[in-house]
Amino acid sequence: MPGKVHVQTTINGEAAEYLCEPRQSLLEVLRDVLYLTGAKEGCNNGNCGACSVILDGRLVNSCLVLGAELEGKSLETIEGLADPDQLHPIQDAFLENAALQCGICTPGFIMAAKALLDQNPNPTEHEIRYWLAGNLCRCTGYDKIVRAVQDAAQTTS
Amino acid sequence: MRAFEYVPAKTVAEATSLLAEKGDQAKPLAGGTDLIVMVRENRRQLERMVDIKDLPETNVLSYSPDTGLDLGAAVPCHKIYADDAISAAYPGLIDAAKIIGGTAIQGRASVGGNLCNASPAADTIPPLIVLGAICVIAGPNGSTREVPVEQFCTAPGQSVLETGELLVSLKIPAPPTNSSSFYLRFIPRNEMDIAVVGAGASVVLNDTKTAIVSARIGLAAVAPTPLLAEEAGASLAGKEISDEAIDAAAEAAQAIASPISDMRGTAEQRTHLVGVLTRRALNGAIQRVKEA
Repeated sequence: MPGKVHVQTTINGEAAEYLCEPRQSLLEVLRDVLYLTGAKEGCNNGNCGACSVILDGRLVNSCLVLGAELEGKSLETIEGLADPDQLHPIQDAFLENAALQCGICTPGFIMAAKALLDQNPNPTEHEIRYWLAGNLCRCTGYDKIVRAVQDAAQTTS
Repeated sequence: MRAFEYVPAKTVAEATSLLAEKGDQAKPLAGGTDLIVMVRENRRQLERMVDIKDLPETNVLSYSPDTGLDLGAAVPCHKIYADDAISAAYPGLIDAAKIIGGTAIQGRASVGGNLCNASPAADTIPPLIVLGAICVIAGPNGSTREVPVEQFCTAPGQSVLETGELLVSLKIPAPPTNSSSFYLRFIPRNEMDIAVVGAGASVVLNDTKTAIVSARIGLAAVAPTPLLAEEAGASLAGKEISDEAIDAAAEAAQAIASPISDMRGTAEQRTHLVGVLTRRALNGAIQRVKEA
């Protein structure tokens, strides 16, 4: 069996290193090796977006990235969003708008929303809905999530 | 997932020899949005994944109005549609790159990977066909060969790639004056789905934009591989733009479709859709030339 891979990378602005098996996805490395359990496993095949993270500035599904691919890259996860004493404005907006019920999809939605607002600070409702089409929520019916992202855009821009 | 070895290749030559060593037990990894799922679900067993994302040759994205587009096989969709000059030159390719999966998929998935996955329903293949794309393939021992994209897929999931061969890039000719392209698919929802039928068209119009100089039509999900509807496109050459000429081309496209019935649609519905989508793709491409 192939040996473990030694990976040196940056996670949420800090240098990180880990050993992983080549077959372990980034999602498995985050949750089972680094104990960063914010990213969730929903479908494990790229349909649901619950495992969304930002890799080198781009939104990706961490279930479709190998942990071994992270050498020299820069990763943002939900754990890096809030300051120690203050939530990120997108997190605040999700709370204020009651944009979550069970919460499983929420870290993915918030990372997807962050990636959107990073590149488009004033998206239209249409742009928000298409951008978030790869993130599934089975509780809210999406309207509250879209309103939360609109609110966060107002606050952050 | 079953265990496999992960090797990031540093050169094309290294990639092809890493692939050749393991034969059908090795696969190149670009965006991984198909490959990782297939391996996880045990639909594909591998001893080695060769990461080809960090090679200069597979990352090239260079367009010139004189020589056309060099599109590295690992360039993710989002980089293609973020480029204004490429978007203006090849709108049919952009139509497809923008509807493959959602945002997170487009952040990783490449057009080259979509082609190598060789799905009959692949969205980018009909536009590549109508744009006359050429596949640049590197083989072991430093060899290179070129294959027209309509000959690349040989069966569902199968291509002309032989052991140790790697799709390095796609070359797309510069768009002629008064030309444009268009791609659309039918899906029963707005986003995030696989084509029931897909149709692409490219047209070159005359100086007054009243007649068609030449046209190409490409189809997806109506045969074991994406198709070039050669006679349908040729039937339009030299014709004044008219509903009759476009209807005749759409009927010729329907004639080469041999769809199956499955969970996404029946053969009868798919044949009907070939007609509808071919007309819309042709009219869409013509409209784009007129508006340019």
